[in-house]
Amino acid sequence: MIRTEELLLNVGPQHPSTHGVFRIVVKLDGEIITEATPVMGYLHRGTEKLAENLNYTQIIPYTDRMDYVSAMTNNYVLVHAVEKMMGLEVPERAEFLRLVVMELQRIASHLVWWGTYLLDIGAISPFLYAFSDRERILGLFNELCGARLTYNYMRVGGVKWDAPDGWIDRVKTFVKDMYVRLDEYHNLVSGNEIFLARIKGIGQYDVKTAIEYGLSGANLRCTGVDWDLRKAEPYSLYDRFDFDVVVGKNGDCYDRYLCRLGEITQSLRILEQALEQFPGEGDTMGKVPRVIRPPAGEIYVRIESPRGEIGCHIVSKGKAEPYRLKFRRPSFVNLQILPKLLIGENMTNMVTILGGIDIVLGEVDC
Amino acid sequence: MQHFWNDPLGWGNAGIFIAGAVAVLAVVIFFVTYAIYFERKFIGWMQFRKGPNRVGPLGLLQTVADVAKLLLKEDTIPSKADKGLFVLAPVLAFVPSFVVLAFIPYSMNLQFADLNVGFLYYIALSGITTIAIVVGGWASNNKYSLLGGMRSAAQMISYEVPLVMSIVGVVMMTGSLNLRDIVIAQEGYFWDWNFLPQILGFGIFVISAISELNRTPFDLPEAESELVAGYHVEYSGFRFAFFMLTEYIYLYAIACLTTLLFLGGWNPPFPQLDFIPGVLWFFLKFAFIVFTIFWIRATFPRLRVDQLMSLAWKVLLPLAILNIFLTALGIELM
Repeated sequence: MIRTEELLLNVGPQHPSTHGVFRIVVKLDGEIITEATPVMGYLHRGTEKLAENLNYTQIIPYTDRMDYVSAMTNNYVLVHAVEKMMGLEVPERAEFLRLVVMELQRIASHLVWWGTYLLDIGAISPFLYAFSDRERILGLFNELCGARLTYNYMRVGGVKWDAPDGWIDRVKTFVKDMYVRLDEYHNLVSGNEIFLARIKGIGQYDVKTAIEYGLSGANLRCTGVDWDLRKAEPYSLYDRFDFDVVVGKNGDCYDRYLCRLGEITQSLRILEQALEQFPGEGDTMGKVPRVIRPPAGEIYVRIESPRGEIGCHIVSKGKAEPYRLKFRRPSFVNLQILPKLLIGENMTNMVTILGGIDIVLGEVDC
Repeated sequence: MQHFWNDPLGWGNAGIFIAGAVAVLAVVIFFVTYAIYFERKFIGWMQFRKGPNRVGPLGLLQTVADVAKLLLKEDTIPSKADKGLFVLAPVLAFVPSFVVLAFIPYSMNLQFADLNVGFLYYIALSGITTIAIVVGGWASNNKYSLLGGMRSAAQMISYEVPLVMSIVGVVMMTGSLNLRDIVIAQEGYFWDWNFLPQILGFGIFVISAISELNRTPFDLPEAESELVAGYHVEYSGFRFAFFMLTEYIYLYAIACLTTLLFLGGWNPPFPQLDFIPGVLWFFLKFAFIVFTIFWIRATFPRLRVDQLMSLAWKVLLPLAILNIFLTALGIELM
């Protein structure tokens, strides 16, 4: 009789495939996972607590550092919440600029996901292709606001910087090129037999489970639920544009992959229309009081970030600082389903499933 | 070269043997140095990067600098490791990889040992490296390296079977295991080379060979995204370099074998071109195989461990047996 025992394996926080300082302790029977315990908090910075001692403009750079792959949407959720509380009007040009940068950011974020996901699966080249395209977006952001990752671009009532000369044209060129590149990506990867064998039917869950776990974004839409806040509860100017919500069917990693790539196409469609209608001139800052003091009360605002529903809950006592600020971070919520999905899978699928959820550790730990 | 074997061993031919071994080692080390360089360059170009271009002209000294760095590194052995086995594993991996090179004929006359068992010699010796990898993975006393070592053992043992079976067709057509005889049997135009009549065997051989080399898409033992680095996760400095060296020497050996068994060895594609020396033809075909393996690395994702096993046992092995049957049928009918 051979005595066998389970292997307790510590994956992370320094592991190439946990996408940051995420740690997961797995029990292995052979290579099959019997139990998985995620350990988070290595990147906790106490953003929400820090915000209680800062005025609203000062909080904006902190939101950049939550989901650092998609800082523009984080900026937006905060300023949008404050604007809604105070009933501020945002000039149209500023709102257009916000929308354009948010959609560019969504493309950039999905490209990062696409590249790193394939890197997890063992293909090295797509990573570099994706990053060279993302580089162009970052270049555009750099021209706009002087930063490449943490932009601190939006303000309550508008945006900090107007677009420089020719910027809109450069975005138009980018959108045109990106369509071509996206086709190339599909040709290169989406039909690869090995790739399909690796991700089809992996990490599958149904609509009921997805909703029970509170998933959002592509993680929810891959099961077939038509839920995109840009369509369901239009904010900004999204109700003016014609685009589709990409939904999957099977709720596996492959559908999540297709959803995200489909969203890039839809973002490009939105950008095309937005750039056509872009107002030639106008203010980029609305009329905002010198000190931003939202009236006493509470508000919860949610928007669609590349990772799902990002929400901002502000409790104000009428002061310049929030009494309590709470962010609903989609990465954190989406991650909760991980232990359930991992049971019975092997180590290789662990990487595929974790990558498919698309987490950003800055946002998980906040 | 061959008559030295038949003479009694004396100081004279012992000296020649040692000189020959040193020469092969020099050639192989040179190959490994520049194979790594070109791999990085090729993959760099395929990914719109420049590749190494800082150390020396065009970055040609990059690998030299890397090896120097590995040599100067502190030699660490984990405190909980099995020290004896830990030290032994890299050597045990390297020695057979070097020894298999002895029987490769580069041209009609340039060969160190003309062995009649030919290919079997390669299989027998390269199997030892698998043991070294398991030993290295086990002795490191690390869970990642243990998993990597076990995967590697399973993979290499599984793929050796179709690898050998895919050769049987070639051996049946030639009637010999001797590599020189196999190459001589392929003389003529390029459609006389074995890769056309043995197209099935050729495919199986290439797939199994890439898997034997632990390269993409079969690089599971060192799948960096899940097992960090696999069996050599605890190795650093020159012990790590030995594992690296082993891997590239097997690349060299496999590229040579593919050339010899399926691409006509030193035979030119048209007999009219035989004024170009055979060594050059050999080198061109060899370089093509090496390039293809690099190319695959830049293109494919990795297979999963269970898919890898079922590919070997459920697809490649039956196909290899079918190939043997078809070859026998062909020989019988012709």
